[in-house]
Amino acid sequence: MTDVLLSPAGLLGLVLVAALALYTLTGGADFGGGVWELLASGPRKNKQRDAISTAIAPIWEANHVWLILAVVVLFAGFPPAFAAITTALHVPLVLLLMGIVLRGAAFTFRSYDTGPGQAERSARWSLVFAISSTVSPIMLGVCAGAVASGQLTIDAATGRVQTDFISAWLAPFPFAVGLMTLLLFAFLAAVYLCVEHRGTALADDFRTRALASGVLLAPAAGLAWNLSATGAPAIRAGLAESTWALPFHIGTGVFAMGALVLLVRRAYRKARLAAAAQAVCIVVGWALSQFPYVVVPDLTLTAAAAPDNVIVTMLVILAVGAIPLALAFRYLYAIFARA
Amino acid sequence: MSDLLAARAQMALSLGFHIVFAVIGIAMPMLMVIAEGRHLRHGDSLDLQLAKRWSKGTAIMFAVGAVSGTVLSFELGLLWPEFMHFAGAIIGMPFSLEGFAFFLEAIFLGIYLYGWNKVSPRAHLLSGVFVMLSGTASGVFVVCANGWMNTPQGFELDAAGKVIAIDPVVAMLNPAAFPEALHMTIAAFQAVGFAVAGIHALALLKAPSSALHKRALAIAIGVGGVAALIQPLSGHQSAVHVAKHQPVKMAAMEAHWDTHKGVGVVIGGWPDEDAERTDFKLEIPYLMSLLAFGDPDAEIRGLKDFPRENRPPVAVTHIAFQIMVGCGSAMAGFAALFLLLWWRRKALPTDPLVLKIIAAMAPLGIIAVQAGWTVTEVGRQPWVIHGILRTADAVTPMPHLQIPFLAFTALYGVLGFVAFALLKRHVFATLTPAETTTAGKTDEAAGAVSP
Repeated sequence: MTDVLLSPAGLLGLVLVAALALYTLTGGADFGGGVWELLASGPRKNKQRDAISTAIAPIWEANHVWLILAVVVLFAGFPPAFAAITTALHVPLVLLLMGIVLRGAAFTFRSYDTGPGQAERSARWSLVFAISSTVSPIMLGVCAGAVASGQLTIDAATGRVQTDFISAWLAPFPFAVGLMTLLLFAFLAAVYLCVEHRGTALADDFRTRALASGVLLAPAAGLAWNLSATGAPAIRAGLAESTWALPFHIGTGVFAMGALVLLVRRAYRKARLAAAAQAVCIVVGWALSQFPYVVVPDLTLTAAAAPDNVIVTMLVILAVGAIPLALAFRYLYAIFARA
Repeated sequence: MSDLLAARAQMALSLGFHIVFAVIGIAMPMLMVIAEGRHLRHGDSLDLQLAKRWSKGTAIMFAVGAVSGTVLSFELGLLWPEFMHFAGAIIGMPFSLEGFAFFLEAIFLGIYLYGWNKVSPRAHLLSGVFVMLSGTASGVFVVCANGWMNTPQGFELDAAGKVIAIDPVVAMLNPAAFPEALHMTIAAFQAVGFAVAGIHALALLKAPSSALHKRALAIAIGVGGVAALIQPLSGHQSAVHVAKHQPVKMAAMEAHWDTHKGVGVVIGGWPDEDAERTDFKLEIPYLMSLLAFGDPDAEIRGLKDFPRENRPPVAVTHIAFQIMVGCGSAMAGFAALFLLLWWRRKALPTDPLVLKIIAAMAPLGIIAVQAGWTVTEVGRQPWVIHGILRTADAVTPMPHLQIPFLAFTALYGVLGFVAFALLKRHVFATLTPAETTTAGKTDEAAGAVSP
């Protein structure tokens, strides 16, 4: 396993997983904010919505780029995998894109609307923003579930994916993963918002929401595990047997419990750390469970990889680019960390 | 509508929609940085007010640009999986670089838009400069990838047609990359400069004494005008390049059928593809040979030299080319006159007639950008990778592509409408009576702006 991981393709695979993990922690939480916009309630309903807007506005576009980076790494580093995924999962990907477009556009339209009738239009955009923020994570999870399911088989003669465009994703297992993704994103958003409003009544609102979504994650994960018996047998074997993945699955459980306990005790900063660790464990654990496959069951990292020189060039670009990027992100988050 | 046509229509729609917001994202930061830089140097609050107003409009446009760009990165695979299967590894490098440029652009735009009171004025201005540079860089990288589709290099094909010996750097620095990127970058500043100038000219017609709109007009027409004046040089370089590397595209652009020496430039005309001739045309003799090869007697290959199945749609390519050149010439001519008048009078010309002309010219740059991309993309047909992979062989096997096409058409129709309605409200919200009076007092300051 280490030989593959330390090969150029393996290292680029790590970058892909890292980009997805970072997208979960940042862009995922922005979607989660939209979920709480939809479910805003109680005496501080409007304050909750304002808090969500203020938190997301300056950073959502930058956070969103992690997804684009993941897509670029996939199509440049593993072109057959990208072709297979985009062909077989056309429908959920189009729904995901529509959600992404509507989410970003509605959010911005609402923020920058002026003039007469602004209040009614704002309510309408708010609803579009909230619904698209809920649909997109489900579709993202559905795609991830379908990639893991083992349904995207490759015709050895043509090198193309064999698909009826529907059955790989319109199945219980991918939707269980979709539900898990939605809950995870919502959980992260609620925990972050607790930190940003600690010491106020708003923090209690978001604490309740964080606890609810955090607790619900457990049965959702259980459901996905149950369905994987028929829905994604190869992954199930990986989940259960891979010695590499095991620590991450244990980590998921430990950090999940930790985050909930810390939320109960209102130790929000520590809870945020635990929740982030939990999310990273879920993403990495998933990746290791389907290792060495990019798309189960035919495309391994090695089989799908572009030639080594291409991947090495990409790795150099990524390594060099990561430095200014990290500094810029640090600066961005530092400026907007707390009003 | 066949699935292939639906896929091409969806791609054209997505590109055409995105490019409008992309050029705004590239060029608006320059206008804002000029205004804000003036404020830092001269301390005129009018400049600051202008930068802030522009930044609101830009925020709307940038968001739509970011999400529609995301759609495109997926659509490369959703619509053309065989193209990406073939080319992903070869053209991944410019896309990876674009990813970083886009990251930096989005990060610094966040700081620029929301950090007015959170960072120092200097850091704020510098954020704007970073947005401008990274936005331009990200456009350049994407155009490099498009250049490769026109002049593919940096790989070999083995006996079985499999891609081998990839050199991503050679692929990125393909011959079309530089002329295309230069032409597009200038076009972005030109199109946005003219569009913004047109909007403020309209506002000035309604409120002639508004110093804010005068300042805005001065900056926008300054940027757009200079770009319009240098664009013909870049256009010439592009044409020379196409004549050399894609003679069939050049022939379609000029609706030039028969190979001969001393070819003229065709103005207007309606290409009849069945009869293989161009009706109703004007011709300036020898000019095309002279422009393309620096020799009035140079021989230029006509469309009949190429088998029909390798020719692009001639009428669309030719007419789009005429539209682009027509718009560009009008803008260059007007820019020359306007800048001359400005320099002679030592004051921004704001006569109602001049303002009306500027307002009427507002959409020309955007139209030219759309027409130019039509020339590049339709003129490359029937290939997705010139001479290597046909568009028909790259399309997804997914059936019923008419449905996503219609869905995206509806989605983009609504978004485009709303985005521009919001923009309009922002621009004309500035025309409150209170503002025109206060702005009138600083008229002197605005008059002092010179190119």
